[in-house]
Amino acid sequence: MLDDIDRRLLRVWQDDPGLSVADLASRCSLTTGKAGRRIESLRAAGYVERVEAVIDWQALGYHVQVSLRVTLDKTEARAFDEFIDAARLVPEVLEIQTFLGRVDVRLLVIAQDLPHYQTLYRAQILTLPHIADIESLMTIAQVKSQEALPI
Amino acid sequence: MTLDDTDMALLKLLQTDASQPTSQLGRKLGLSQPATWRRIKALRDAGVLSGQRLRLNAEALGFGVTVFLGVKLAAKGRVSLEDFERSVTAIREVQTVEHVLGLYDYRLRVVARDLADFERVLRRRIMTLPGVGNVEANVLLSEERRPGPI
Repeated sequence: MLDDIDRRLLRVWQDDPGLSVADLASRCSLTTGKAGRRIESLRAAGYVERVEAVIDWQALGYHVQVSLRVTLDKTEARAFDEFIDAARLVPEVLEIQTFLGRVDVRLLVIAQDLPHYQTLYRAQILTLPHIADIESLMTIAQVKSQEALPI
Repeated sequence: MTLDDTDMALLKLLQTDASQPTSQLGRKLGLSQPATWRRIKALRDAGVLSGQRLRLNAEALGFGVTVFLGVKLAAKGRVSLEDFERSVTAIREVQTVEHVLGLYDYRLRVVARDLADFERVLRRRIMTLPGVGNVEANVLLSEERRPGPI
């Protein structure tokens, strides 16, 4: 179980994931050794998965981001598996989520510009198997994106 | 910025673990430590590496439910988008907020301990936001992140 110090450590670390163990320790009023040991046990217990680099796709020329909400043809038993396997092969797909609700699967797709998106959409998205319906939401602005947990 | 194959391999490694030392990254790529460091610095300077994210296991930490909400504002024009955005980003359970074009005005990612907790967040925090109209909820079952076109 987590105690208050663990939670404080995770909150501070989550807000500034690039911090060194020494900086993290001093912000939580711990010694570097103690903070290091706590981090190790949080990792070992599976609370902490990883620190990942965030890539700004705009800086690489990908200026269009679209959330595709897909409804699948559920008369086909293997619809989910076959759709997801095929979606994995499209490099521009960044996220694949499945849902309980009106939407079955969501794909987050990036493209360089609108002509590129149009090509991608026609050649690689609409050709994915078992699509019954598809809706698009185009991202205008990311207002909050750190995905922090309210620990 | 245009990337060569080594840059792409480096980005992929950093996506899965940004905390590994440059010497270790260099060994995996067949580069010296200074050469690896120069590439990382160039990617940072170009804004390609824009920061880091701590990926926690939500379920292990007691957050068993993630819901994606599509929110339509009821009175567009009259209600200021800034007011809505300021209030919604202040809610701790709201992990991401995107302004979108399409069926909804905003897309939110919300975490909660369980469905009862989600209902509390929805009723007390989200439905009371300025200007909120229609809300559609989809409960997340599974999620996979892909490396992207690199």
